[in-house]
Order: sequence, then structure tokens, then C-alpha cells
Amino acid sequence: MKPKSQRLVLVVAAIIAMAAAVLLAMWGLRDKASYFFTPAEVASGKAPEGRAMRLGGMVERGSISRQPDGVTIRFTMTDGEARTPVTYRGIVPDLFREGSGAVAEGRLERGSFVADTILAKHDERYMPPELGNLAAEHKAGKTLEK
Amino acid sequence: MIAETGLAALWLAAGLAALQLVLTVAQVRSGVEFGRTIRTVAVAQGALTLIAFLMLLLVFARTDLSVALVFENSHSAKPFIYKVAGAWGNHEGSMLMWVTVLSVAGAVLAALSRRVEERTLIAALGAQAALALGFYAFLLIASNPFGRLDPAPLEGRGLNPLLQDPGLAFHPPTLYFGYVGLSVAFSLAVGALLTNHVDARLARAMRPWVLAAWILLTLGITAGSYWAYYELGWGGYWFWDPVENASLMPWLAATALLHSINVLAARGALRAWTMMLAVIAFSMSMVGTFLVRSGVLTSVHAFAVDPQRGTFLLALLAIYVGAAFTLFAVRGASLREGAPFQLVSRESGLVVNNLLLSVILGIVFLGTLYPLFVEAVSGEKLSVGAPYFNSVAGPLALVLATLVGVGPLLSWRRERRPVLRKLVVPALLGAGALVTTIVLAPGMGILPRSGLVIATYLAAASIVPLAVRNPLRAPLATWGMAVSHFGIAVALAGMAANAAFTSERLAVAKPGDVLTLGPWLVQLEDITPAAGKNWTAIEAQLRASRGSGPVILRPQTRYFTDPPTETNEAAIETYWNGQLYTVVGKPDPSGGWQLRLWWKPFVTLIWLGGALIAAGGALALLGRALLAWRSRRPRERDWRERYR
Repeated sequence: MKPKSQRLVLVVAAIIAMAAAVLLAMWGLRDKASYFFTPAEVASGKAPEGRAMRLGGMVERGSISRQPDGVTIRFTMTDGEARTPVTYRGIVPDLFREGSGAVAEGRLERGSFVADTILAKHDERYMPPELGNLAAEHKAGKTLEK
Repeated sequence: MIAETGLAALWLAAGLAALQLVLTVAQVRSGVEFGRTIRTVAVAQGALTLIAFLMLLLVFARTDLSVALVFENSHSAKPFIYKVAGAWGNHEGSMLMWVTVLSVAGAVLAALSRRVEERTLIAALGAQAALALGFYAFLLIASNPFGRLDPAPLEGRGLNPLLQDPGLAFHPPTLYFGYVGLSVAFSLAVGALLTNHVDARLARAMRPWVLAAWILLTLGITAGSYWAYYELGWGGYWFWDPVENASLMPWLAATALLHSINVLAARGALRAWTMMLAVIAFSMSMVGTFLVRSGVLTSVHAFAVDPQRGTFLLALLAIYVGAAFTLFAVRGASLREGAPFQLVSRESGLVVNNLLLSVILGIVFLGTLYPLFVEAVSGEKLSVGAPYFNSVAGPLALVLATLVGVGPLLSWRRERRPVLRKLVVPALLGAGALVTTIVLAPGMGILPRSGLVIATYLAAASIVPLAVRNPLRAPLATWGMAVSHFGIAVALAGMAANAAFTSERLAVAKPGDVLTLGPWLVQLEDITPAAGKNWTAIEAQLRASRGSGPVILRPQTRYFTDPPTETNEAAIETYWNGQLYTVVGKPDPSGGWQLRLWWKPFVTLIWLGGALIAAGGALALLGRALLAWRSRRPRERDWRERYR
């Protein structure tokens, strides 16, 4: 092969590879990305049933209840507008408490959220960006109550 | 005074970087020789940042609470090692470390590099100064690590307990050396494109930097993976978290670069291609730094959300990557064509390696940034996790692992012999593994099963390049390659075994209860309080046995007061064939305790494989250094004789 045409072949190969990457990524992202929803969006029917998604909000005070098996918990996630019941089997993360922010990964089954993973606020200063506004609103709400 | 010395050193270094940039531009444009001055300035700049960094370590070691950063991230009651390591366990400190590595790398390049053509080196030092200047500006304007508090507080806020771990002392520095070591490859590529001197000599000068950076990235990622595995208490070794991807992307690019640079060094082919990869590799480091340091993504690692810093970093990223790509677009096409090669040749094999790595890189890149993109466009929030990365990038990685066995057997330029015949034994072993897994574990998923089969084949195939000749006479670099490729097989086997054979048990147990877990019987003997220097804990005592003598594990839940936090300290027992991983959770109203137990067969192979991959790199680096040293000696003798 002449050097010139060799370069052409390489350029074409690189372009094909990049196109392949983009196509593969788009195909994967179309049905494997999990969207983030708030309880209000769940209540208004925006969240699809049975698909991997994330639910974010504050853990409602007094809502955590332990099931008889000892490792399953139920609690309510709220964003001030609506409430979604959540079931989770496992050890909750260290910073998971009532009244603080959490994100649950899992799926919606008949209006109730079944979580595979629970992410809680990571330290005193960290808040998942999705919860940033929510937390600010929540704080504002609390100040008003006072 | 210490903090002020550090700050002054930083300002001086920034001034020197500006001077270095001006001098290099002057030399490249007017041709006046400033070479010696430029080298001296680069070395002085490196020394100054090193001083600034040492000053930061000093204020942390002394817990000088009048420094804002120390107040926010340290505490007088913290163990000494975490006081020092805490210096880089926060945004400002880690950025200072980043800049320190960057300018010290520049200094080393200036002081030691004799292999590069002089004009290219000067241009490269200019590029390095331009990089450093931007990040000095970022530090001094948006992230000053030496800000004072007046009056000084009495006690600090403490360091996030998750970071109070030996992993912190080791993991970030290693990764940063890797990230920033790639800056030298970037600068050399920019320099060579500016002076139009892209050749084998440049590749040979660039190679040790790429190799060293790649070794450290490999070690950093492996160590980080193990750290997350035992510290987070989730039993997973890779979460496809954006911050993990931020370190994986430069690694993928550096791996591709590492292979293509050999083509350029040995054969003078793939010129534009290699320059492109050098630019991409460091761009990925900057993308990673942006992702981690701007807090732009939801992530278990993002400690702060700070949009101003994010914008600053994004601007730097856009300027540097934009400029480098523009330069590439202008100069790339006018580069001389590389030496020709046939379709079946070592060169082609390496091109295929590069293409596959690039596609995987593209997939990881798009998956990591897609949530940002969607949120910016439509405001919708989403996350992309393991299901996407495993199913899209996983099969490609397996294809790549299969080809890893073939590539090293091809000869340069043109392969005439039937290469596949040498792979009969590895292929038979792979087939044997397939039959064995079908018989013993019929229910395995397709990815883990292919992983085990390909790992078995590759473990054998990686040794073939040594076996076809006298292994003792093979160059060290060939040994390095074989060890690295063998490491891929080992890591792959670990991942597949972990995915296929892990047993998990989640239960509430009272003292005296016995739980079964795979081949194990685990008894909760007792729950007791425990305490450390700055924490108290609840400790479970577990007696685990399988046939032979029992072993005691003590997982804890620790409570820290500064800042108030709980962490799960997993207790892990390692055997030759796997790890027993135990976590104690919350108390149950009935008087029991939550226990989470895993038996993970052969999971340790993942990190052993990572270490082998890095060790192979180290062997290759050593081999190249020895070769260079040997080939330099006769020339020195020449030189001495001439001047006698």
C-alpha cells in the first residue's frame, strides 16, 4: 500500500471507529440510562413503571419502619409536594436518617418504589446536585414554619 | 509565616511560568537562543511549587488552625499520618498537588531530556509553561490553599472519616502523578507539531513519560478500586461512578498511546495518530480533573458543589484542548506519511488495539457526560450506571482481550507465517474452560462465562511471545509486555469469578446465631463497644468456619464526632481462593444486629491482575532505560576521546 492511501485507510478506520462508538453509546443510553424523578413527578404519573430510575427527596420524619425480617425497611420519600413509599432490603448507608436527603435507585412497582441501592448525603457538606434546590426549598419551608 | 512563604513561592512560580512562556515564544519566533535560560527557569519553577507544597504539608502537620484550609479539613486529635495526608484530601490542597506535579514534571523534562531535538524541546517547555500558568491562575484566584483566618479558631472541623484511611496517603498522589505525567506527552506533542519534528526520536523521548504515567495510573486505579471495596462496605470494586470514570478515561487513552508510540518509535509509522492520542490522553486528564474538582456530577466522591471553580476549570479545559486540537488540525495533515505496512502486520494489530480502545474510551466518555448534556439541554436529570457500561463496553473489552493474545505474535511490516497456529494450545485451554464452566456452572451469565474462557485462553496466549524463543534472551520490554498481558487475564478472571460465584447473605442475627454463606458457617459471637483515637464503635465478633479451623472477624460501625459521621468498617479475611467480607449494620428492635456477609471467590485476582499490569509496565520501563544507558556509553567514550 502506498503511504498516501495508507493514511487514507487509517483516517477512514478512525472515523468508522468513532461513529461506531457514538452509535453503540446512543443505543445503550436509549434504554439503560436511569432518569431521576421526584415524588411530585411520580404522583403526576411522569415516571414509568418497572424501569430503572432514581428517586430523590427527603426521608420523611417518623416514616421509617422496619419489617419483621429485620433487614427490610419501608419509608416515605417526600419533596414537600407529594410522597412516595419506598421499600429497601439491605443495610442503609451511614448517613441515611429521617429528615435528611437521600436518593434511591430501583424501580417503581404499582406506585411504590422498590430500591436496590440507597445513596445518602455523603458528608455534612455534600448534597447530590439533584437535591441541591430541594434542600434549599426544604430549609426555606422549615424557616417559614418557625 | 509558613503559609505566606508558600503563597509567595506560588506567585513567584507563576511569574516564572509567564517568563518561560514569553522566552519560548521569543525563541521560536525570532530564533534567538534562550535555551539555557529557559531550562533554568523551568527548574526554578518546579522547585518553587515544590516549596509551596512542602509549606502546605507543614501547616497541616502542625495543625495551624489560622490557615482556613487546615481549619476546614483537619482537627488536632487526628492521627498524624491523616493530618499530613489531609493536605491533599480537599479541593485546594489537591489542586496544589496537581500543579506541583505539573511543574516538577516540566522541570525534569527541562533538566534531563537530551533525546529530543532542541527546538521541539523548547516549544514543549513553552506548552508546559502555558499549561502551568492557567492552573496557577486557578489556584491563586479561585482556590488559594493558604488563606488565613483571623482570629484563628480553637479547633478544626475535621476530615471526612471515609478519607481517614491509609488509602488516602497513597491513592490520590499516585493518580495525580499519572494524570499529570501525561502533560509531558501533551507538551512534547504540541512542541513537535509546532516545529514539524514528529519522528521516531520524539517517540523514544516521549515513551518513558507515557510508560511511567501509565504505570502510576494503573496502580492508582487498582488501589482506588480496592480502597472503595473495603472502605465503602458495599462489597463492590467498581461502581462506574463518574469520578472513577474520570481516572479510567486517561488510562484508556494512555494505554492506546503506549501501544501506538511503540509503532512510531520502532517503525516511524502512525505519526499524526500518535500525536492525536498524546493530546487526547492529557485532555482526558483535564476532563477528569474538571469532573472531580467542579462537583458537576452526582457522585459519591464529589465533596463540594462550587460552580465558580467549575466554570474556571471548564474555561481552562476549553482553551487548552481547543488550542491543541486546532494545532493538530492545521499541522496534522502536513506531517510526513509514516512508513508503510501490510494489512496483516504488527502495525495493523496495534491499530486495531488503538481503535478498540478508542471506541471503549468514546463509550465511557459519552456515558459519563451524557447526564450533563441532557440536563443542560432539557433540564431532565438522569444517571448512567453499570447496566450501560457493562453491556456496551464489556463485550468490546472481551473482544480486545481476545486480540491481545494475537497482536504480539505478528511481525513488523508484514506477516507471512500462519500466526494462529501458535495459539492452538491457548485456544484449546479456553475451550476446556468453556466445557468446564458449562458442566460445573450451567447457570452462569454470558459475560462472566466469556470472561472466564477468554481469561484462560489469554493467560496462556500472553506467554507465547516468550515461549516461541529462548525466554532468557528476550528483551525486558518483551517480558514486561507478557507480564502486563498476563495481568489482564488474571484481572479478567477475578472479575468474572466475582460476578458469577459470589454468595451474599443479609440477615438479622442475635449473639449465638449461625448463618450459612456458600461453604461457610458464620456465627455471631458477641457485640461489643470499641474505641480509637477519634472514634467510638460497635464491634461484632464473628466466628467463621468451613471444615477446618475457624477464623474470627471483627467488623465495626464507627462513630466519628469531628465531623459527626458513621462509617462501616468491613472485616475482610483473605484466602488463596477468595475473600470473606463482613459488615455489621444497625441494631434491630428485637435485639439482633443486621449483618451483611459475602463470600467472593477469587475476587483478589482483580487487584493482583492490576498490580501485574503495572509491574509489566515497570519491567518495560526498566528494560528501555537499560537499553538507552547501554547505547549511550559508547558515544560518551567517543566524546571523551575526542576531547582528550
